[in-house]
Amino acid sequence: MPSREKILNRIRHNLGRGPLSDEAAAAARARIEGHSRNIVPDRTNISAAEKVDLFQQKMEALGGTVTRVSSMDNVAEEVQDYLSSHNLPSKIKMSPALSDLSFEKAPLLEVTEGAADIKDDVSLTPALAAMAESGTLCMASGADTPSTLNFLPENHIVVLKANQVTGGFEDAWDRVRDKFGTGNMPRTVNFISGPSRTADIEQTLIMGAHGPRRLHVVIVEDEPQG
Amino acid sequence: MQVTSRHFKKEAHDALQDAKVQEAFSKVKTGFSVARAERVSELPEFEDLRDSARDLKNHIIEHLDFYLEYFEDQVLLQGGQVHWCSTYAEAREAILKICRDADAKTVTKGKSMITEEMALNDFLAANDIEPIETDLGEYIIQLAEEYPSHIIAPALHKTKDQVTELFHEHHQKYGLNERQTDPQALVNEARSVLREKYVAADVGITGANFMIAETGSTVIVTNEGNGDLTQSLPKTHIAVSSVEKVVPTLEDASTFLRLLARSATGQEMSVYTTFSTGPRRRDDIDGPAAFHVVIVDSGRTELLGTDKQDLLRCLKCGACMNHCPVYQAVGGHTYGWVYPGPIGAALNPQMVGLEEARHLPNATSFCGRCEEVCPVRIPLPKIMRHWREEAFEKQIAPKPERWGVGLWAFFAKRPALYRLATRVGAMTLKALAGKKGRLSKLPLATGWTSVRDLPAPQGSTFMDQWKKQQKRGQN
Repeated sequence: MPSREKILNRIRHNLGRGPLSDEAAAAARARIEGHSRNIVPDRTNISAAEKVDLFQQKMEALGGTVTRVSSMDNVAEEVQDYLSSHNLPSKIKMSPALSDLSFEKAPLLEVTEGAADIKDDVSLTPALAAMAESGTLCMASGADTPSTLNFLPENHIVVLKANQVTGGFEDAWDRVRDKFGTGNMPRTVNFISGPSRTADIEQTLIMGAHGPRRLHVVIVEDEPQG
Repeated sequence: MQVTSRHFKKEAHDALQDAKVQEAFSKVKTGFSVARAERVSELPEFEDLRDSARDLKNHIIEHLDFYLEYFEDQVLLQGGQVHWCSTYAEAREAILKICRDADAKTVTKGKSMITEEMALNDFLAANDIEPIETDLGEYIIQLAEEYPSHIIAPALHKTKDQVTELFHEHHQKYGLNERQTDPQALVNEARSVLREKYVAADVGITGANFMIAETGSTVIVTNEGNGDLTQSLPKTHIAVSSVEKVVPTLEDASTFLRLLARSATGQEMSVYTTFSTGPRRRDDIDGPAAFHVVIVDSGRTELLGTDKQDLLRCLKCGACMNHCPVYQAVGGHTYGWVYPGPIGAALNPQMVGLEEARHLPNATSFCGRCEEVCPVRIPLPKIMRHWREEAFEKQIAPKPERWGVGLWAFFAKRPALYRLATRVGAMTLKALAGKKGRLSKLPLATGWTSVRDLPAPQGSTFMDQWKKQQKRGQN
């Protein structure tokens, strides 16, 4: 007997039943399709503006940095300033999704688009959502949002619109379903809560283990808040 | 992996004499445990979340076949493949075949306890495929040719100086000749060595903390980002998991995520939580072209319907060992298999056999801390007691031990006789001890008296003293 059947049979036998009854299976299927929420922490039961504040506070506590700009037009300039203030080369690898940014305002910035390469020092990528609950970014992979940019370069800059900041994880799942359709997921969804770290040597916290050493979030405030 | 649980007593004795073990493992008290307590105090819903997670896991266990099949359907629909493996041997073969089909020479690996269980690294190496661990702790112990001493901090037993020497020995071939002693410099060095490996690897192997039935996604949780580089850069991604890791929906996974990092390291969330679904999409410009999920059973489904079924709720967070006085005293390797601490004491007898692991359910003071902190409320002490009963009933415990318990039971069932015996015992011990009030030698109790004196009873039993006081009260 193939292992698949062996395992399934063993489960049923040891639970003292055959396959689930039609009724029980329908109930389980309905549970999946209903996306019903379990307990959601009350801390995210706040206004949209407070969610953005809470996200920022949590992200900073995790070792990320956050800055706010008033419109998408100012993002490129902010990126250029960030790089020069950290003595980083004025050169970024960017998600193709951000090609509409106003790079004429950042003439020193050398921009290429594509997936990450081992030589890239800085990446610039867009978030799909963020969760105030824990200061977590939600990133989705796609043709114009390669996920390697979130991990390979040492410095990661994320563009987040204020109206993308939600409360809890469940709210982010609703955004993912809105974008990709129920039951469909992109190849990769990344929840990112701060820069990379490790405590594997004598439990000493060290930043920048394999992923980005620095994580900088640029919040764009011009969009109407949801 | 090779099981050495039968040597628990000797290993524990040695570990207690080892200053390095004592220093390393006592740190979980001031590190993980304190951080957990802080995170818990910040989340008023924490205890309710634990109840909810326990109930949810019980629901999953009762519907395990349904959710596994649902998960499989979704993986297939997204273009991935599922490999069901009843045994470790089948899982190793399945993984080897995928690697061979991908012409793999090197394989990068994220931290995965299930691949430790099946000793995958040795097997791949024996088949001319080089496995490279990428989690820093796993990388360190791979260089040292050891195995994890903690399920989330595998190199907990290694000192910084040992890491310095290991890196110095193994990194010179990359032109890194300087001996690094600063932790940051050591991390940087490992980072630089492993970056090339990620890119060169043909296959990336990760574990999966969860398999989501709704979407066919596997989920990994890391702080370093190594798991993500492992699974996104090579052409093939293999996620290895076990049957009990399936959860119905993204919402359900969210509930467990709220408990996992808080219980494990005392973080609200680990830095990276990654949901992987199928291979790269037609227009994607990165990500693996092939996605495989290997689902392993290896004895887990045999727990269903038994008095140890609750073990299947385990999230593998490590909170039980972080709070265990025995684990802190004897360290992780003493347990002799992948899972140390209370979860090991309760689970390993099932996984490696009670005969081999019979000491582990005795390696407890039954203080109950493990159950108090378990995010899914597994009654670990109760399960250890079940194993003890089974060891007695199946005559696995050695004869003197069984006779001792049998003798005690004989008296315990006859209260009058029991009281008489304890009265005689107490008086005899008092008489033997004389004025000192202590015994430095006693037949049948050398286990105690070889290292310290036995304080003698004062002469009368608790019951006798109680009666006396009651009488006094009445007068």
